[in-house]
Amino acid sequence: MAAIPAEFSSAPVLPKWVAPVLLLAFAYGVVPLVGSSYLFEAILLPFLALGLAGVGLNILTGYAGQVSLGSAAFMAAGAFAAYNFNLRIDGLPLIGSIVLAGLVAAAIGIVFGLPSLRLRGFYLAVSTLAAQFFVQWALTKFSWFSNNSASGVIDAPRLSIGGLALDGAVGRYLFALTIVAVLTFLAHRLVSSQTGRNFIAIRDNETAARIIGIPVLKTKLLAFAISSFIIGVAGVIWAFAYLRTVEPDGFDLDRSFQILFIIIIGGLASIRGAFFGAALIVVFPLALSRLGGFLLGDVFDSGVLDMSQRIVLGALIILFLILEPDGLVALWDRIRRRLLFAWQST
Amino acid sequence: MPLPSYALGVVEASVYAPEVLARGLPASQLSGGQPEDRGVSAEPIVASAPLLSLQGIGLSFGGVVALADIDLSVRQGEIRAIIGPNGAGKSSLINVISGVYRPDRGRIGLHGASYAQVPTQRLAHLGVARTFQNLALFKGLSVLDNVAAGLAYKVRSNFAGQVLGIGRSREERRDSLNRADQILDFLDLAAVRDRLAGTLPYGLQKRVELARALVAEPRLLLLDEPMAGMTASEKTEMASFVRAARDRFATTVVLIEHDVGVVMGLSDRIAVLDYGRKIADATPDEVRNDPRVIDAYLGVASDNEDGAGI
Repeated sequence: MAAIPAEFSSAPVLPKWVAPVLLLAFAYGVVPLVGSSYLFEAILLPFLALGLAGVGLNILTGYAGQVSLGSAAFMAAGAFAAYNFNLRIDGLPLIGSIVLAGLVAAAIGIVFGLPSLRLRGFYLAVSTLAAQFFVQWALTKFSWFSNNSASGVIDAPRLSIGGLALDGAVGRYLFALTIVAVLTFLAHRLVSSQTGRNFIAIRDNETAARIIGIPVLKTKLLAFAISSFIIGVAGVIWAFAYLRTVEPDGFDLDRSFQILFIIIIGGLASIRGAFFGAALIVVFPLALSRLGGFLLGDVFDSGVLDMSQRIVLGALIILFLILEPDGLVALWDRIRRRLLFAWQST
Repeated sequence: MPLPSYALGVVEASVYAPEVLARGLPASQLSGGQPEDRGVSAEPIVASAPLLSLQGIGLSFGGVVALADIDLSVRQGEIRAIIGPNGAGKSSLINVISGVYRPDRGRIGLHGASYAQVPTQRLAHLGVARTFQNLALFKGLSVLDNVAAGLAYKVRSNFAGQVLGIGRSREERRDSLNRADQILDFLDLAAVRDRLAGTLPYGLQKRVELARALVAEPRLLLLDEPMAGMTASEKTEMASFVRAARDRFATTVVLIEHDVGVVMGLSDRIAVLDYGRKIADATPDEVRNDPRVIDAYLGVASDNEDGAGI
């Protein structure tokens, strides 16, 4: 087949696992030593939490093709469930509460995934709004969830694993990094497994998938469950490691949209894409505020910042949808291929 | 993609692709169906009971009659074509057989069992596979994975086992990849094995769809316009693949096609639909000379054939 571009066959020679392993080694070995508290608190922790949420949503939307606007609800469910398990079950290790919280989020995901058996596209997206509004309402309405705190705010418990306290910025970073690394690895395994290919088959042609005997209903609900589990755990990281105190209003529709933007900008149906997107979403406001402050001085207050953020972000999304529908990941891959090609031909 | 040499000049004499037959796999290697290899006999095989039988199928969409009182009986090992003008109800019939539509009246018999609506979700387990008129490939999967997806109905491992790589998941994956590779070789698709299905030219995508249907070695293969939009040589090639597949896997084939010429050379029997009714059901030669078929396709012959005086 002459149509196969020659550059594919002479592509990188390194095995696929090298880059992630090097990245992890850097994240564990170098970053904790050189990073400032600001780097952990303002950039890396939200990046890890949102990246993981993006991975979760990407499994559902990017791979299985089911659009969801309820991501923040599953984050909230995870966060509040972990809080309550930790509070109410004595002697339950932190990891236990986190896993149970993920399972609670998964169960809620299955319930709100039921409409997907009959609805598609926009209609499904609107029906997942029900999850968004219901969960937020329930958490605000029933003060039991927040241990009867007057404002509905919950405070994260002390983070410790096996007696090792992880309360400092670096400790919380390592805590989040470990969970994110493990779940991301499992998600990567999942999307390249038979189940992951079934997700893609249902996304690309549901009728054909049903005809060849893929259990469509079961697979869709499984996608909702796994996605919600991961997003729920991301919610725990958001609440316990990043913010330390959260309220239901922190998980509003804006957060759901933010996660959706992350996977659109980063790249649908790509595990890496979720992290590319999260990096952009986290770093972009900070960069914009620095830039605005530098260029405009005092005129660039928080109101202007907020507005300009929305404008630039909106423009970015439109640009991405038009110019690079496959997201930052596709852009990255193309640049890398060009560089490799240039390097090889010299 | 260069045209294979056998794609030219084999229309009437033989529609077999010599390469396909020569390179074909031993039947035992891809067992599951009937083991007998019936060679190149063009005679319809006489079997005791029909594999597929439709009785009095009626289907209408809000007053528009798509199918009216259709009876159809397809024998084991037969290649049965269903032809007819646009809107005659051919695709509706395939959709009824594969359970996508539920007929208003009538029953569908599939090797012994009788259904009011064929259970689509169990279709693969019943040994029925189909292709679609409009390409229905999974564009985001490689050609190999598209074909391997045809075996998804057999998968018994759960997602946890697959993620952790334990239990039977590895074995299942290896097995389905092996079989997918064999089918890709059989249909001359090995060269595009690792490409994304969506990036292939149209004719090849059609063939990948055939491969995905064949990999499960179905007892009944339903092809909805497998040659639509193809060039003449691609059609010949596809016809040879269909015939080779029937011979190799003892699959019964029901196919819809517009191109009457290709159908005549390929099928054992032809059913002709017009306005939702079956107007003929006979061998290609009989159909070719059936005045009602000629009427349906070409309109009633005028007395004034020369057009004198117009």
